[in-house]
Amino acid sequence: MYWNSFSDFIAMGGYGLYVWGSFGVTALVMILEPWIVARQRRTTEQRLARQLRAEAKMEQQP
Amino acid sequence: MKARHKRIALILGALAALGLIAAFVLNALNDNLAFFYSPTDVKDGKAPQNKVFRIGGLVQNGTLTRQPDGVTMAFVVTDTIHDIPVRYKGILPDLFQEGKGVVAQGKLGEDGIFTANEVLAKHDENYMPPEAAQALEKAHQAGSGDAGAKTVIPAGGTEPAAAPRK
Amino acid sequence: MSSIHWFKYSAPSTFYPLAGKLIPWFWALFAGFALAGLWLGLLVAPTDFQQGEGYRIIFVHVGASWMSMFIYLVMAFWAGLGLAFNTRLSGMMAQALAPTGALFAFISLWTGALWGKPMWGAWWVWDARLTSELILLFLYMGFIALTHAIDDTRRADKAGAILALVGVVNVPIIYFSVKWWNTLHQGASVSLTKAPAMASIMLWGMLLCALAMWMYSIAVALMRVRVIILERERHTDWVKELLSSR
Repeated sequence: MYWNSFSDFIAMGGYGLYVWGSFGVTALVMILEPWIVARQRRTTEQRLARQLRAEAKMEQQP
Repeated sequence: MKARHKRIALILGALAALGLIAAFVLNALNDNLAFFYSPTDVKDGKAPQNKVFRIGGLVQNGTLTRQPDGVTMAFVVTDTIHDIPVRYKGILPDLFQEGKGVVAQGKLGEDGIFTANEVLAKHDENYMPPEAAQALEKAHQAGSGDAGAKTVIPAGGTEPAAAPRK
Repeated sequence: MSSIHWFKYSAPSTFYPLAGKLIPWFWALFAGFALAGLWLGLLVAPTDFQQGEGYRIIFVHVGASWMSMFIYLVMAFWAGLGLAFNTRLSGMMAQALAPTGALFAFISLWTGALWGKPMWGAWWVWDARLTSELILLFLYMGFIALTHAIDDTRRADKAGAILALVGVVNVPIIYFSVKWWNTLHQGASVSLTKAPAMASIMLWGMLLCALAMWMYSIAVALMRVRVIILERERHTDWVKELLSSR
């Protein structure tokens, strides 16, 4: 382990804002993107299933 | 009608994007894609005359001084063939150091002195712990002629590179 | 691999479940590489002789920059394949890769700005490396905008493919810009032609982080291509079956 204390780790030798600003935004993007895609998949499935049911109903009642 | 509007908007958007890209490229080509000129380029007359441009090179060792006015810094930029003296009023970046790379933007005066309004530090692509840099520096000074040791510090570098920084 | 298998998996109906099976594996690989890379990069690697702790931005910056260029090449490859052979899956693959590539280009520029400010003394400069990377981001955004603006998917794929292929020329420009021109950005620390200019712990941390981003890209692109397949193949029997069984 390179660091002597947790506060040293956070301070990053005075570059904390720059280092954590980089890691933070990267982490945020890499959490948000799969989350958004997973949600897209759920909503797409639901929408297509709804359309399918509506089409089936239309065919049943001419 | 709607589809046609969409297509028109699309074509306009694509044209705008292409135009923007072309503008960037042309702008870059206009400056010959060089971000800075070396002192040799300047001596050869390749740098633009009477115009703001950038010079780049190494800060010559032992030339960094504060002018009597207390705010102006003076140093010499060299590519080890030619030198250009630089004056700069302002804050120097963290990595600005004698013997290290620098890019300065400004104008070259009649007296051959380059008055900079912006100074940027240009660092190299080497990453290593301070101890390794010190060992390399020692080997370099001992003149061991180790071909494997890359010259992190240009010839004539004096100070250990591992200055503790805050 | 026989050609029969190749064509079998290029059919959306077989690729969809295959992708679904592969995704968890790539997430697992991502987690492993990311933990190892961050552990080495943030906790074990020593400080740098020039940049102090500020150099640690390298562990996200380099991987993101590599991925932004590499994903573009893969995207253009798929787009070109679709243009040449009219395969259905190719256009969907290109579509699925573009947003991830754009995000990595953004991360590359963002972390570069946060690195440039303390080290160089500027958030941004118009040197050849930075400018060409910004153009890469615009190319991704142009591709996304263009393909989404055309309703007919076949024509959208074609138009996007042409844009993607024209833009390929930018990738070698980004990569070699630091060699071809005077730039503020330093040269490559790691390349195929010379020994790496980095201490080995730093290098390993960086490579592991880059590998993690690679696995992430594959996982997210596969997730997205599944959504695109569902959408585009919604009128086929296998999608209808899949939806009604839910």
